[in-house]
Amino acid sequence: MPPFSESEARALLDRVMGLSQSEGCSADLQATRSGNIRFARNAVSTSGITDDATLTVQSRYGRKTGTAQVNQFDDESLTRTVRRAEELARLAPEDPEVVPLLEPQRYAAVPAGFVDATAAVTPEFRADTAAASIAAARQQSCVAAGYLVDAASWNATRNSRGLFGYYPDTTADYSITVRTENGGGSGWGGQDVNDVRTLQAESVAKLATEKAAASRDVRAIEPGKYTVILEPAASVDLIQLLLFNNGAREADEGRSYLTKAGGGTKLGQKLVDQRVTIYSDSASPELPCRPWDGEGLPRSRTPWIEKGVVRNLRYTRYWAEQKKKPATAQPGNWIMEGGQGSLEDLIRSTDRGVLVTRTWYIREVDPQTLLYTGLTRDGTFFVENGRIAYAIKNFRFNESPVIMLNNLDALAVPVRVQGSETFGRVMVPPMRIRDFTFSSLSDAV
Amino acid sequence: MTGMAAGALALPPGTRLVPFWNGAITPIPSADKRQLADAALGAARSAGASYADVRIGRYLNQFVTSRETKIQNVTNLESYGVGVRVIADGAWGFAASSEVTPDSVARTARLAVTVAKANAKLQAEPVQLAPQKGYGEVSWRSPIEKNAFDVPLKEKADLLLAAADSGLKSGAKYLQGLLFLVNEQKYFASTDGSYIDQDIHRIWPAFLAVAVDTSSGKFEERFSLSTPTGRGWEYLSGRPDDKMKGPPGTEVTLYGDSYDMIEDAAQAGRTARRKSKAKSVTAGKYDLVLEPSHLWLTIHESVGHPLELDRVLGYEANYAGTSFATLDKWRSKSFKYGADIVTLFADKTQPHSLGAVGYDDEGVATKRWDLVKNGILVNYQAIRDQVHVIGESESQGCCYADSWSSIQFQRMPNVSLAPGAAQLTPAELIGQVDRGVYIVGNGSFSIDQQRYNFQFGGQLFYEIKKGKIVGMLRDVAYQSNTQEFWNSCAGICDQRDYRLGGSFFDGKGQPPQISAVSHGCATARFNGVNVLNTARKI
Repeated sequence: MPPFSESEARALLDRVMGLSQSEGCSADLQATRSGNIRFARNAVSTSGITDDATLTVQSRYGRKTGTAQVNQFDDESLTRTVRRAEELARLAPEDPEVVPLLEPQRYAAVPAGFVDATAAVTPEFRADTAAASIAAARQQSCVAAGYLVDAASWNATRNSRGLFGYYPDTTADYSITVRTENGGGSGWGGQDVNDVRTLQAESVAKLATEKAAASRDVRAIEPGKYTVILEPAASVDLIQLLLFNNGAREADEGRSYLTKAGGGTKLGQKLVDQRVTIYSDSASPELPCRPWDGEGLPRSRTPWIEKGVVRNLRYTRYWAEQKKKPATAQPGNWIMEGGQGSLEDLIRSTDRGVLVTRTWYIREVDPQTLLYTGLTRDGTFFVENGRIAYAIKNFRFNESPVIMLNNLDALAVPVRVQGSETFGRVMVPPMRIRDFTFSSLSDAV
Repeated sequence: MTGMAAGALALPPGTRLVPFWNGAITPIPSADKRQLADAALGAARSAGASYADVRIGRYLNQFVTSRETKIQNVTNLESYGVGVRVIADGAWGFAASSEVTPDSVARTARLAVTVAKANAKLQAEPVQLAPQKGYGEVSWRSPIEKNAFDVPLKEKADLLLAAADSGLKSGAKYLQGLLFLVNEQKYFASTDGSYIDQDIHRIWPAFLAVAVDTSSGKFEERFSLSTPTGRGWEYLSGRPDDKMKGPPGTEVTLYGDSYDMIEDAAQAGRTARRKSKAKSVTAGKYDLVLEPSHLWLTIHESVGHPLELDRVLGYEANYAGTSFATLDKWRSKSFKYGADIVTLFADKTQPHSLGAVGYDDEGVATKRWDLVKNGILVNYQAIRDQVHVIGESESQGCCYADSWSSIQFQRMPNVSLAPGAAQLTPAELIGQVDRGVYIVGNGSFSIDQQRYNFQFGGQLFYEIKKGKIVGMLRDVAYQSNTQEFWNSCAGICDQRDYRLGGSFFDGKGQPPQISAVSHGCATARFNGVNVLNTARKI
């Protein structure tokens, strides 16, 4: 099925438009060829290759819409899918929130997205990556578990008003958790790239191994409020959760942390420390992404928080029309600006604090205050006088990213990183935060 | 591509050279599936596989969503393809494709063998697969009364709109609704000689009601008290016999084998308003009385996950985590997981549960077994390539893949708390509590990667004083340690109160897969649990 060249994708979507009998039709194609390898206990556990392509068709009659999806592309399947979308649309009640199909748009060129070398990864390359990772752990008498997934995808969108977009993309994501043989210490590392030639699995594995070995003997310190140094993998989920919740409609409707008492939103208000700037930009060379969102809106550069001030909320096309505001595309990436120096520099300039490698199982406790709970994991250390002094037991935290970013102390240079459970494309800097709330100890290693 | 004639591949006797199933709405004919399966198995064997299985899957989903009194989305999803798993040179390999013809499935099978051989050089020891007899041609279907996919869209839209209307009239300012239908049509065949055809149905009606106080800028949410279930449209019949009045002082109606979405939306509107005016909890130790609509999730996180053998062995170390329930604790035969009254069992056979199937995704008939017996850890959840580790000769039948394109692996069966032997109602249980909190519905949930430290919220919280519910509370979460928590279990209501809760979205694995799983329990009491106050100011 995959790959789809631009002309093949256009031809397929033109066929769909030709089949349409509704008043309006839009279609999205996503084809993916993906390979992966998992290893654990210093051996390969599972590995596979998958080819798939899905076509999603939305048909409309006035303000009635229906959607159908299929992964077969013969004439009969295409016809059946278009007819099903039309049938659902005819049966659906009117939705006053349906907006007209978008006119043709100009999407930014994203040259860095697709890399041939990533699309050409072989089972042998994956096995060799796993072998090098395992070897790094074995050298320190440790046990490795990890994962490499590479994917090439071909995305296209089309509607009956003539809109068309095509975007091929490759990614390779690698992560490793190394544990000491007795299970007393654990360390993690990961890297997320578009170009597999820039993947440095062996050095990431060595770093994870060093962290595991360094956390063989842990001390328990009391829960409470601490200065923390959050590595990018420790803050990335909380940062994304802050941004996932920036819908204008929810804020206007009074059910968001961005709602103001008495009505209205916090748009234009200072929300967090003035050194915090977060924006989206599909054309970022370090973090390319598809240049349109689910509504077909171009993903141009959009600041969300600028110098601590809420600069934009996310307006869907419908809500933008209601509020007489420009619509904002659903972001495909988030980039948080940083400061100077590296993680090591942050550690060197810290008198007393907790260094957190990674956080885990973060869940919302209160949407009103954006309070989240979660845990530290795979490398938590106490820092004293600018040096890592000793490994400490993991903590549960209860913290709001709003409070966290108000207690900002210092930022280093941003790094591309993937979250533990949020899978967006993100760059965040290592950061030092005052008074981060650790509420209880965890025995987990 | 579909619609093609069988190619040059050597096919078994009886092979026809006519077009194959073309993805129409009718089920795939069994003869087509068998022929495709044999093509894959034969190709895998010829390429050097010592074992192979093939899953031909057709997955149908339907979503209908509403926002207040508007239907916002009606979507039908359909995915069809084949996944082939092999052992070659002692290692696993897998490949999957949405092209389903004899030629392409054979090609996919050969690719799986290539993957296995590339991995074999890293294999410390060959895969050890527990023997499994072939069942020949067998089938299984979810015991549904009315296929929800056959219900007219208008009926579904009307239900969501009526629920929204009911919630909005009762105090909610916003109400978003969902009907989520799942049908897995799965055909499994293996070189062991099984050809298993299964038709699995699930449904989940749900909503979120929100009450807003504009002057203070505050809002309160209340999720539906429904559960996802292995039923058809009959789940939405809201039969009077399936409704239970909550204990005195709660004014809540709870649901069993069927659900009344319109009624629940009305009580959600009322309770969201009430919750916003409730007393903020004073942090401290309380005796908790946990209703099944809440407790299922605590069971899921603190019992279901830590007893997955792949976690215990370290296979999930890089993502979902490992487990505190290590093999030495199990071998001791004396590890006190919970109080004496606590028996927790795994079960893939309970009718209408989300995990119920006839056979798992590696061709093993499903069953029930104990995990914790009278408080002692006695077993794990294991599949064919793991059971030798715990000295068993056959798989426990809990292997699952969420799609034809996903690699099947060990997934949690339904894990449930056995009801108490003595007659005990929730009201009687509350009557025994001096200072406590009664919790209904699941809310926030978080647990560490070895399943020691957890924190849970809920939907509705009621203060218990001297055996009576005296009012609602808010800002409640409880935090505990798994072993400490289950050993604090001081009472479990009887079979009459036993109900299933569950999730469509249990996540595990890399790439992440979801799985639907139920957990049964009756209302239970846990003494002296740490309760936090979660109120903050930003």
